[in-house]
Amino acid sequence: MATDTIRGRTAIVGLGETRYYKRGAAPDPEFKMTLDAIKLAADDAGIDVRDIDGFASFSNDRNDPAHIAAALGMKHVGFSNMFWGGGGGGGSGAVANAAAAVAAGYCDIAVAYRGLAQGQFGRFGQGSTSRTVAGAAAFTHPYGLMSPAQTFAMRVTRFMHEHGVEQEALRAVALASYHHAQFNPRAVMHGRPLSTEDYDNSRWIVEPFHLFDCCQENDGAAAVIVTSAERARDLKHRPAYILGAAQGSDFRQAATVHNAPDYATSNFKTLSPRLYAMAGVGPKDVDVLQSYENFTGGVLMSIVEAGFCEPGEVNDFFDLETFRFDGGRLPLNTSGGNLAECYMHGLELITEAVRQIRGTAPCQVKAAVNVSMVTSGPMVQPVSSLILGREPNR
Amino acid sequence: MTGTQRMSDDALGAHYLPAGLPAPAPYPEGLAAEYWEANRRHELLVQRCTACQTWQWGPEFICNECHSDALTYESVSGRGRIYSWERSWYPVHPALQSGVPYVVVLVELADAGNIRMVGNLLGDPRQEVVIGSEVEAVFEDHNDADPPFTLVQWRRAE
Repeated sequence: MATDTIRGRTAIVGLGETRYYKRGAAPDPEFKMTLDAIKLAADDAGIDVRDIDGFASFSNDRNDPAHIAAALGMKHVGFSNMFWGGGGGGGSGAVANAAAAVAAGYCDIAVAYRGLAQGQFGRFGQGSTSRTVAGAAAFTHPYGLMSPAQTFAMRVTRFMHEHGVEQEALRAVALASYHHAQFNPRAVMHGRPLSTEDYDNSRWIVEPFHLFDCCQENDGAAAVIVTSAERARDLKHRPAYILGAAQGSDFRQAATVHNAPDYATSNFKTLSPRLYAMAGVGPKDVDVLQSYENFTGGVLMSIVEAGFCEPGEVNDFFDLETFRFDGGRLPLNTSGGNLAECYMHGLELITEAVRQIRGTAPCQVKAAVNVSMVTSGPMVQPVSSLILGREPNR
Repeated sequence: MTGTQRMSDDALGAHYLPAGLPAPAPYPEGLAAEYWEANRRHELLVQRCTACQTWQWGPEFICNECHSDALTYESVSGRGRIYSWERSWYPVHPALQSGVPYVVVLVELADAGNIRMVGNLLGDPRQEVVIGSEVEAVFEDHNDADPPFTLVQWRRAE
């Protein structure tokens, strides 16, 4: 790896989030919410929103930088960027692309953002109702295999088969998210605790996923501001320095009709070593992890492939006690995440990772979090990850 | 090919899933047309590279191994093993409101380079499904569709 990476050269300095809604419940259009989130992020950073000159998003976000810049009156645009691929695979990647643009000198202040109103634009959890289906989808949709849950369930089942993983391991991920959401007033599932009995008795969506193994469908928007480490020191909050970032995909993971040669994977196997090498830390140094939950089974494989436990240790490791913010070995999804805070396509995981560095999270794992990590988008192609630090040169 | 049987027409209600799901079509560029045409005559074809003999699925424009564009389709036995599976309970499409649960299997074909195909596992939708168990291809005709098409389905091997 190159020695002159972006390590420690940039930081996340501003966080903006609209209120998070159940899908269809937002009073505002998606574009308006996106503008609101960006304004809130600029206010949080203590900068004039018009000084933002870089834009990065992911998952074919509908809210393009040119129109945002026109609506908010940006003085100029120096960088606009889209991370390819679907799902939440680009959450960390969009932040990393913003950071790279700042480090490269394309722009001075970049925003990574995501606006998503499934009530306004349609739900991810539903199949297409077109009369015919062409291309690769023709080999799956006529068999009733149409939704993301169905696309990923077979990968997870194969992983569980290969490693003897029990359903209780998936349950632990859901319990952790719901546990943490009870402390987070912003969480859509605040006030809706989940017991083991609730989980076990919940309906199947597609085996091995119960209802509570699946992310929510929500409306809202989120944004984070990235700027240089030098500028970050003069702003309102403790900077969350970007120590490491990686994105990508393993060998032929996007092969069609479920033909990826290595099938039972979250797609982080080649990414994780590159991430840790850049950050200069390892799994043992990570104080708190936000791991993208499209489905609990994806979190399970992400945690294995990020080196936190071996595949054969999953049944013992995956327990609510492991993942609790208050004393767990690996505090996980401490705001409630996609399952219980809001499915803001994982950008809400990045805001939480920053709050942990700042020391302002409702479920703060300890006063001084040194290393805060995010994994984005298991089982999609490409995926991405991010490691944030309390200091730029840890 | 062996192990196949002709299913009844749509009118006889012999389809695994309810009517109304999207009908399959080749890629707009024509890729996969040979496969769908062969299904109509109850022949199972898989794409293969004539330069390096690599099997590949789904169909692609060039060989993923040697990058040759000398690709053809070869007939295979239609016998395979269940590599993974899932049982769906939530109707992701209006046509499935009366069709849940149902089982989708991912089948590995040993005589075609271990490529994998997706289909439904015929029989009781609540049956126990065992990874590694042997299955064989069955052709499910949708003759009343416009245009008509045929799906490859899977059943437990005799």
